[in-house]
Amino acid sequence: MRLLGIVLGCGIALSAETIVIRNVDVYPVNGAEMKGVSVVLADGKIAEIGAKIVPAKGARIIEGKGLRVYPGMIDSGTELGLSEISGIRETVDTGELGEFMPQLRALSAVNPESEHFGVVRVNGITSVMTFPSSGGGGGGGGRFGGGERQIISGQAALIHTDGWTWEDMAIDRSAAVHLIFPTLGGRGGRGGGAPDAILEMIPGATGATGFAAAKRTYDQQVAKITEFFDQARQYQKERAAKAPGFKPELKMEAMMPVLEGKVPLAVSASRASVIHDAIAFAEKQRIKIVILQPHDIAKVGAELKAKNIPVILGRTLALPDQEDDPYDSASTRPAEAYKVGVKFAFGTFDNEFVRNLPYQAATAVAFGLPYEEALKAVTINAAGIWGHASDIGSVEKGKVADVMVTTGDPLEISTQVKYVFIKGKEIPLVNKQTRLYDKYMSRQ
Amino acid sequence: MKKLLCATLLAAAPLCAQTYVIKNATVMTVSKGTFKGSIVVKDGKIAEVGEKVMEPADAKVIDAANQYVIPGIIDCHSHIAVDGGVNEGSVSVSSMVDIKDVLNPEDIAIYRALAGGVTTANILHGSANAIGGKTLPIKLRWGKDAEGLIFEGATPGIKFALGENPKRAGNPTGMAINGQAQQGRYPATRMGVEDVIREAFNNAKAYKAEWDAYDAKKTGIPPRKDLQMEALKEVLEGRRYVHAHCYRADEILMLLRIADDYGFKIRTLQHVLEGYKVAKEIVAHGAGASTFSDWWSYKAEAFDAIPYNAAIMQKKGVLVSLNSDDAELMRHLNTEAGKAVKYGGVSENDALAMVTLNPAKQLGIDNRVGSIEVGKDADLVIYDKFPLSDYAKVQKVLIDGTVYFDRDNEVSGRGMKQAEKQKLIDKEKQNQQRTPPGAPTRRVGQ
Repeated sequence: MRLLGIVLGCGIALSAETIVIRNVDVYPVNGAEMKGVSVVLADGKIAEIGAKIVPAKGARIIEGKGLRVYPGMIDSGTELGLSEISGIRETVDTGELGEFMPQLRALSAVNPESEHFGVVRVNGITSVMTFPSSGGGGGGGGRFGGGERQIISGQAALIHTDGWTWEDMAIDRSAAVHLIFPTLGGRGGRGGGAPDAILEMIPGATGATGFAAAKRTYDQQVAKITEFFDQARQYQKERAAKAPGFKPELKMEAMMPVLEGKVPLAVSASRASVIHDAIAFAEKQRIKIVILQPHDIAKVGAELKAKNIPVILGRTLALPDQEDDPYDSASTRPAEAYKVGVKFAFGTFDNEFVRNLPYQAATAVAFGLPYEEALKAVTINAAGIWGHASDIGSVEKGKVADVMVTTGDPLEISTQVKYVFIKGKEIPLVNKQTRLYDKYMSRQ
Repeated sequence: MKKLLCATLLAAAPLCAQTYVIKNATVMTVSKGTFKGSIVVKDGKIAEVGEKVMEPADAKVIDAANQYVIPGIIDCHSHIAVDGGVNEGSVSVSSMVDIKDVLNPEDIAIYRALAGGVTTANILHGSANAIGGKTLPIKLRWGKDAEGLIFEGATPGIKFALGENPKRAGNPTGMAINGQAQQGRYPATRMGVEDVIREAFNNAKAYKAEWDAYDAKKTGIPPRKDLQMEALKEVLEGRRYVHAHCYRADEILMLLRIADDYGFKIRTLQHVLEGYKVAKEIVAHGAGASTFSDWWSYKAEAFDAIPYNAAIMQKKGVLVSLNSDDAELMRHLNTEAGKAVKYGGVSENDALAMVTLNPAKQLGIDNRVGSIEVGKDADLVIYDKFPLSDYAKVQKVLIDGTVYFDRDNEVSGRGMKQAEKQKLIDKEKQNQQRTPPGAPTRRVGQ
């Protein structure tokens, strides 16, 4: 009976062959490295790691001498599967209309055949958070946090970068609900911008209407969010009380896991004052939040740490917000977060650069982040922030077999990825780009 | 007093430049191998390079133990240091306008690029027109005035653009102010882009013939000067380089054939994301290619872009450089070169050449910059780690033998700058408190 349960539960994984990678150096990320051991992948899981393993009959043996095994990497901020050519609206499914749209699900719009999956897989990225956010109509949408109109953009999903269908790819159908916190001066959730104290002094800095008016608009927007949450709470009460005439509403239903603290609210907020407001809001609402792309870590780090709020750091190679900010302000941000003890992972926040996730982490190391922390931020810590540390993010017995086999340090550009396994299935290291490469290299 | 005098002179000419010895470094010359050794910098030039050098008595020593020195990075495609817009988009042929007239030496992007090891950049007009404005290379001499940035004696260029960008104005999506559909600007298709360029060179050829006839005799009334045609006449005479923005293989080939028909050369194909499909034709024409390492999918014409582009073109004999087109990307072209090693297996030295010597050749300035050789300008970058690694950080940057970026000074000076800023903010706050309500305030940006 139990066997039947496993068979039903595993689906595609059962069809994957048993693979033994032997004589390989294993870097589990959350434990000490093991040199010259064997790793067994079976039934979609990491079945065994050890020095004295006799391969099962019929198992496929991969010689791993000189190679390294790492967990597959996790990008905590993408739109993968939802956006193909960012400049062509018809190929972009992020950025729906409507201000409060928590019922929208990124997952069911994921195109498993998107060329982007093939491109990122070959660089060892085995799972990603894919967000429904931003853009808000008009050609060329699909960028994060740029939407003027969107406030709650929908549910982000944690997905594998391989699978037959989006159901097959799903690790967590609703890993977060995305809120784009309003920003003073209507700059969208993305930019860092000047501190309020400066904005206040510069005529025109917050738009034509001036600081006071901009602050009023901002406060109104924030009040709207509170109002929406109040509605959801009221709904929650009526729902629990089975009040007469109660009618289920999709929008409100989608908010229940957030109010119950089961699903975090992923909040795009960059500037210190906005992050501060977002934290205050979360406290008042007693909900779990994750801050996306915070910029002013130096100013809000202690507060984030005190409230145990994790963050997803954006690109470490980015221009400073202000003309007189240090040239390397984006590169030193992860080290700052680490020093104050803020929990963090990395997100590329742009499909085009998802494959460069490891280099984003490496830059953080160049500017002060301990190497181990950088590696964790693209593996186990990312899994942890999204509530999946028990199944992905490290090379451990019993975890989902998402692993990569490399020639060296995966954060180093020159390193080659030799094998990628997702759910124990070997991923051919080919994609649209390697096919074009082969084709045109052979042109005489 | 003496110090002041020196400072004054320094601003005028690099004669006063300090003599340096960079010691114990891994020197990656690009043109003559990599070795552990020293570089002597004198009068703004590289005076000596080798495992052992004669140290001039007055030399200041830069100990670069465990560090790497490479030639200053050259970005063959940039739009920094331009005051205001880079596109004169009202006409399809804007060869009369010149980037030289709008250089902004105070653009902070110059300093940031310096901090990323860039010493020379080709500053281009935008891509809104089939034939764009005039361009020129600059050196990132942060602190000098606009003229002080200009790369002396470099052959100027002109920007061409093919594909989606120049046809965008022909396909307006919005409404004009009066609510009528906006009037499109020719061209709206790739066919039209070809026609615009052919038409322009048809005219330029006739214009040149008129002038040649006059110049041969120098009698009678000279033909009327036409500034739009002048730039194209210079192209026909080989005195102005064509830097052509292009993506797809078809349009690349189209432009090469126009150039063949009218007897001029395309100096560089810029972006050239599908260059790998027509590498053979590019080599035959003799054009250089300046591309991105791994940008793709941001528009339709970038969907066949592959990170192997640089490697394929290089293997098939094209002179390849990697550029940024972006004030941010510009700051880490060293790791863009690293990607050429990863994708397609270009050798480390050849990859480094893609951001140093190759762009220097493409811009015709390789007699001055692009490699570490005696007699060349002392444009040097010191990294703390192997420069193609994403763990490497720029430590020092020299241009013409003068240190323009020093990470130690930059980091240690931050506290002072922050304090100075706070003082200014406090002062401004006091001023605002004193200003009576309703009094006119200073407007930013006026």
